[in-house]
Amino acid sequence: MLQDILVTGLVNSGVYALLAVGFSLIFGVARIVNIAHTAFYMLAAYCFYALLVKGGLGFALAGVIAVAAVTAFSVLCYRLVIEPVREHEAAVLIATIALALIFQELMLLSFGGHYLGIPSTLEGVVRFFGVSIPYQRLLILVVAAAMLAAVWFLLYRTRLGLAIRATANDLEVANLMGMNVHRVAMATVAISVALAAIAGVVVAPVFVVDPFMWLAPLVTMLAIVVLGGLGSMKGSLIGALIIGYVEAITVFALPAGAYLKGAVGLLIMVAVLLARPEGLFGVAFEEER
Amino acid sequence: MLRSTLLACALALAAPLAAAQGAIKIAVLGPMAFVQGENHWAGAEMARDNINKAGGINVGGKRMQIELVRGDTNEMGSVPDATNTVERVITRDKADFLVGGFRSEAVLAMQEVAMDYKKIFLGAGAAHSKLGINVEQNYDRYKYWFRITPVKDVDLVRTTFAVLATVAGQMRKQLNKPSPKVAILAEKAVWVEGIVAAAQKNLPAMKMEVVGVWQPSAVATDVTAELSAIERAGADIVFTLLSGPVGIVVGRQMGERGMKSIAFGINVEAQKDAFWQAAAGKANYVSTLDTYAKVQMTPKTIDFVNAFEKRFGKSPTYNAGTHDAIYLLKEAIEQAGTTDADKLVAAMEKISFTGAAGVVEFDKRHDPVWGPGKSTGIAVQWQDGKKVPFWPPQIPGMQPFKMPSH
Repeated sequence: MLQDILVTGLVNSGVYALLAVGFSLIFGVARIVNIAHTAFYMLAAYCFYALLVKGGLGFALAGVIAVAAVTAFSVLCYRLVIEPVREHEAAVLIATIALALIFQELMLLSFGGHYLGIPSTLEGVVRFFGVSIPYQRLLILVVAAAMLAAVWFLLYRTRLGLAIRATANDLEVANLMGMNVHRVAMATVAISVALAAIAGVVVAPVFVVDPFMWLAPLVTMLAIVVLGGLGSMKGSLIGALIIGYVEAITVFALPAGAYLKGAVGLLIMVAVLLARPEGLFGVAFEEER
Repeated sequence: MLRSTLLACALALAAPLAAAQGAIKIAVLGPMAFVQGENHWAGAEMARDNINKAGGINVGGKRMQIELVRGDTNEMGSVPDATNTVERVITRDKADFLVGGFRSEAVLAMQEVAMDYKKIFLGAGAAHSKLGINVEQNYDRYKYWFRITPVKDVDLVRTTFAVLATVAGQMRKQLNKPSPKVAILAEKAVWVEGIVAAAQKNLPAMKMEVVGVWQPSAVATDVTAELSAIERAGADIVFTLLSGPVGIVVGRQMGERGMKSIAFGINVEAQKDAFWQAAAGKANYVSTLDTYAKVQMTPKTIDFVNAFEKRFGKSPTYNAGTHDAIYLLKEAIEQAGTTDADKLVAAMEKISFTGAAGVVEFDKRHDPVWGPGKSTGIAVQWQDGKKVPFWPPQIPGMQPFKMPSH
């Protein structure tokens, strides 16, 4: 049973980490609580489905177009909906909830409430310590690791990353130093949503595409980023690992309570917050900045 | 000139009104953006068109046409939306009868509104026993409720166990497993509780070993951990009780993992034609209870399924039972010679109606009587992208149940 928990937990964590990284980035850097983050993930999954299954394009082309289209659309949404109210956190929160619900209803109108399947990018299964793991799951793990590395590289090894971190550290000083803070925020939104879109393209083949698919990951993702420390990349990764393993342990230790796996994860998040209100790596993140 | 134009306009406006006065209005209630509602509407449309083409319904010597009212209940997301829709179709659209409904939670609430207005409501979607128990416990209020499809939850259990016995028997014979191991994989929902308890109690007596019960959420998007545990437990049969999208995830992930165990039970998503695509073609051998197939359940079944497929390009789900519901209503109206609800209730209680899904006779709870030759449902299995019916085996047209090679 131990090997089942170790392998299954790791595989689950990969999915969660991929979703949580982008959300964490946009909050940590641009201070935007983008509730529509997983809704963009849903849009990318639908876009990928339409291009791949209906349009007959190949995996790579459909994936690239889906990610590019959703990223471009997010920039439009940012300019029209988020930017005008960006100074008011509550308004941003409400605006992004509204955006998510609009996307949901638009998909419901366009595709109906049908559950759609996307073929696996990689077929086949590998046995690891006696546990079956489909190749698609391994791909998610690899992509999640690559995305984390890419985000780290972008933030700490490029001029754009420096600008993003400077803007996040002190908006007014960054502005006085001649940085175009609006453009930096927009770039952050685009990068964050691109990560969500990549998650949609890579993760959707193991899930089911439907207009409500953004809700469950949103709750898990919020739990992960709050647990790890809002805005901390490292915290998101550790949070994803914790939640992934807690869920696996719950299912293996309490089969008839498998439906409780989400609740147990949230319970742990609450327990951590009671002990450390800033989350596991909240302070560390502040120091990093 | 102006006067004659106005007169012509008035006549043009009055004509459909006059036609409507001679029509029987039937509200079709369902979640119209979903497969369930689509089937509610499609089944009703077929019945309306065929009946109207044949001259309509004979109400005491007067021929009346059927007019359908589309009632989108949005019940997947909101029970209040569903009750508001019932209220609207009754008060604003002046519906005479109601057919449809899907989620038991919503239909229980919709039943209350329909009964408030003493409207006959023919259910074609909800299985919860409470709907019929209401009729038995408070007949005067709830007598206007009748269930057409599916059979009530308790009877679904009977059918499920009967099929499970057949599957286990085949497993004993083909795989030489005297006591097949069964993993119960049931979503966490009220409707499965009784079935899970009954399975844990009865399967050992049926010479099957229960290796565990796993209960994911009905909307779980991932059951990797559950399936790993089931595989580790060495299950031969995964007894599924799934009504939500988790049914697709289970089918797909079992296939992706190359599991040797067979999934059988109730998997509502697996009843739909779109299941194979939704599971990305991975759900081979997944089997479930169902209602319609091209087999001779009654003399009407094959013709109905063929006509449905020809018109809508897909096979019907059990929610297309609105078709049988409207034909049954026609028969009752013609027998009673009236559309008066109280007189129709009396006529329907005595009716023996041969529909496309089975022979419908109502018990004291206004539930269809369960049994071979009446209403039992069928069992189907996905084999290489096709939904193949295999139970009850004595019905002409049934095909063999298949198992993955071990």
